[in-house]
Amino acid sequence: MAELRTGSGPVLLLLLLLLVSVGSAIHDAVSGTNGTNVDPHHQSNSSGTKKPFPVLSFNYDHVRMPFEISLWILLALLMKLGFHIIPRVSHVVPESCLLIVVGLLVGGFIKAIGEEAPILDSKLFFLYLLPPIILDAGYFLPIRAFTENMGTILVFAVVGTLWNSFFIGGMMYGVCQIESAQLGAVDLLSCLHFGCIISAVDPVAVLAVFEEIHIHELLYILVFGESLLNDAVTVVLYHLFEEFSHAGTVTVGDAFLGVICFFVVSLGGIMVGAIYGLLGAFTSRFTSHTRVIEPLFVFLYSYMAYLSAEVFHLSGIMSLIACGVMMRPYVEANISHKSYTTIKYFLKMWSSVSETLIFIFLGVSTVAGPHAWNWTFVIFTVIICLVSRVLGVIGLTYVINKFRIVKLTKKDQFIVAYGGLRGAIAFSLGFLLTNSQVKHMFLTAIITVIFFTVFVQGMTIRPLVELLAVKRKKESKRSINEEIHTQFLDHLLTGIEGICGHYGHHHWKDKLNRFNKTYVKRWLIAGDRSTEPQLISFYNKLEMKQAIMLVESGSGAKLPTTVSAISMQNVQPKEAPRQRVIPTISKSREQEIRKILRANLQNTRQRLRSYSRHDLMIDPFEDNMSEIRFRRQKVEMQRRMSHYLTVPANRQETPPVRKVCFEPEHQVYNYDAIAIESPRGRDSRPTPSSPNDVSLLNESPQKPNQSSTTRAAGDVELRVKTEDEQEEQDQLKLSRCLSDPGPNQEGEGGSSFRS
Amino acid sequence: MGASQARTEHPYQDLMDKTGCNDMFGSKEDLASIPALDNNPLRKQIITAFFDKRNQHENQVGFFEEIGFEQFVMVMSHFRAPTLKTSEEEREVMRKEKLRFLFNMHDTDNDGTITLEEYRKVVEELLSKSGALGLEAAKAIADAAMLEVASTNVPHMAPDDFYEGITFEHFEQILKGLEMETRMHIRFLDVDTTTMRCGKTTS
Repeated sequence: MAELRTGSGPVLLLLLLLLVSVGSAIHDAVSGTNGTNVDPHHQSNSSGTKKPFPVLSFNYDHVRMPFEISLWILLALLMKLGFHIIPRVSHVVPESCLLIVVGLLVGGFIKAIGEEAPILDSKLFFLYLLPPIILDAGYFLPIRAFTENMGTILVFAVVGTLWNSFFIGGMMYGVCQIESAQLGAVDLLSCLHFGCIISAVDPVAVLAVFEEIHIHELLYILVFGESLLNDAVTVVLYHLFEEFSHAGTVTVGDAFLGVICFFVVSLGGIMVGAIYGLLGAFTSRFTSHTRVIEPLFVFLYSYMAYLSAEVFHLSGIMSLIACGVMMRPYVEANISHKSYTTIKYFLKMWSSVSETLIFIFLGVSTVAGPHAWNWTFVIFTVIICLVSRVLGVIGLTYVINKFRIVKLTKKDQFIVAYGGLRGAIAFSLGFLLTNSQVKHMFLTAIITVIFFTVFVQGMTIRPLVELLAVKRKKESKRSINEEIHTQFLDHLLTGIEGICGHYGHHHWKDKLNRFNKTYVKRWLIAGDRSTEPQLISFYNKLEMKQAIMLVESGSGAKLPTTVSAISMQNVQPKEAPRQRVIPTISKSREQEIRKILRANLQNTRQRLRSYSRHDLMIDPFEDNMSEIRFRRQKVEMQRRMSHYLTVPANRQETPPVRKVCFEPEHQVYNYDAIAIESPRGRDSRPTPSSPNDVSLLNESPQKPNQSSTTRAAGDVELRVKTEDEQEEQDQLKLSRCLSDPGPNQEGEGGSSFRS
Repeated sequence: MGASQARTEHPYQDLMDKTGCNDMFGSKEDLASIPALDNNPLRKQIITAFFDKRNQHENQVGFFEEIGFEQFVMVMSHFRAPTLKTSEEEREVMRKEKLRFLFNMHDTDNDGTITLEEYRKVVEELLSKSGALGLEAAKAIADAAMLEVASTNVPHMAPDDFYEGITFEHFEQILKGLEMETRMHIRFLDVDTTTMRCGKTTS
């Protein structure tokens, strides 16, 4: 098996190279045959002989463009696949390096067969390849960490990038003055231009590397946030220097205008993004009847935000981030679960493809592009880049730490400095340079720096992280207790700040939240959800996730979490002794209880239905995950933690699960697996009064350890009742195996689904 | 305590002005009249915390009728932040202190555990501004949270055992991931907070 795996890697590689050569050979053949096809036709016409009807003809030009694009993408993805099959390599070398190597190989191969290799076209890069990655990053940005560290990130992004540009530019100018290097042609402005191109930390490269090393959130958000926000600085400086190099002279007024331009570019970009984001959120409010196109709205509004910002030379990246951040809370409250999954997976898919393509193209362009290698220039560039980054980080951290509560330690500073990778953005910007004199030399230097950072820094960062024992990402997901206390702390700290009269961080955050709740949410979120507090939505999401997990694992996989014998009765205050009285309830009393239950269950179901946003009419036996089933299970699960925890690893097969899931609302099954053994269990069950009860009785012996998906919503429904029923419900809540037949089991069940 | 007190007086000057008294800080009504607390769902609990004798670290229980500046600052000292120079042990102590403060806020009857009822009340208060929908969900959330605590801390309970409530150790355990010493702080303007120990040993 292992041999098969290691063998398939090189086989894939060969296959791909074959594909590519076939592609270019076809290209050749086409240009060849197109020429020759014409002549025989003419000849045959002039000579008068009739050509036979072509049964099979060849017309490559027709599909050339999409064919080649698809071929490239397929190549990229097959490569990515190949890496993960080869076991050892992917642990040592980050994927980005491997992809660049593949690009180099492919480029070399293409050049070897005499073809012209495609270069990473800047338009292609900025308009098609970059936006998906940025949108993916922006949409799933951890907002809390981002806003808490906003000051630090901004300082690194703005001041750090400025420092880097000018330091590198200045030093390189100094280097160019050295007589022996023959670099006299390079003037200060070009050097500064070069400096600003090379100084920006690249989000694509950072993402590619940091995603694999799993450091903790603070460092990740610092480096990544910096790479996103420095786009504004880069854009402004780039255009500034471009204008200056055309104009020839620089005045103070121009510099001042440059500063103003920076604010316009960044704030303008954010505003454009925010507007599109709000538009997107508002649109999503009305999509309850056309769920299938919901994801498209998210994608299109974001892309429009990016393009609109690019029209005005504003910062497209910041616009995209602002759009995603703005849209997300409202859109997620409005769209269906399927749409949410679709958005998530499409974004991940597109950004993955883009990233792969970018790195491969980078490799190919390296082989293809015209190079002007100048030892002095290149070596000094690399060294000065490193030095400037380290100095910048240390200096800025010293200043920043005076204002931070959670100080950045030396280890953190090292990771931030070391994680400043350059990538394809620098290359594309360099490619857009118009001054061809020094352009090739600059491009060579840029490529060298990119290679150095991605290969050397990318490969060594993982062992360094382990060596320095940097804190890793918390693996455990957020628990409900943590969420409760996070909210609690927020309010507590806001209150304390209020008492002090100190208008700090928490005060403004609280104000923003309240503004959001009273005005914004009402406009942008449809229906009831607009008044749902965050804790409840978090809780609902958690329950939904667990419901999904349970349904998925119901098909045989073992339960992921530890089994615990805790159930509600362990936690519930002691009304338990009262329960033991129930076996002696008289028949008439039981009937009474049933009637009350039935009446209130109907109310509850209606309430649920009106609360449900999804009106999909689905057959309950449908196997796919329908919205209603989720909702029902979610409601069932509201008290289901205990069941979740009581089920042991070896579960029963699904058929019994599904069968008794039929009327989840009506049956209250035996609630605790272990409690079955206790005398409170089945003996006290009332005599069955409908066929369903009988089936229940038959089922339960088969399931000594019942799967929790069959547990009924009985408790939950009971809980939401009126006050008079409170007592009965308290009694019935725990470990009862009642079943409320209802007037017509089948009918009601059917009616609830088919309304 | 005099020197540090003089330095901390500055941020609390407006509070003293608000309550209109300079010696005694006043009663609950004075604190309750601060407008900044109006929209806060935890208003009552916060005010009660100031008057809670347990937060004075003198091993007393009960509640004050009125508090003075000393007691006020004692409560505020729970919101210091660690610096780069704080050692690991000191951080641990700080974390315990802050968690104890939170625990005292939840454990209203001072029996050393947070029972289900008390926890339910906590969640209800949090969601108190959200109307009827919040109240019903609050119960579910509190129950789920309680179950979570029970299952993390006492994974093998027999079905008839009863989990009385969250003890302080369990409380520490479940909130381990939140890094309380860095989260639960406010910025005291221009104050070197490490000196604000109020002369009392806190161990």
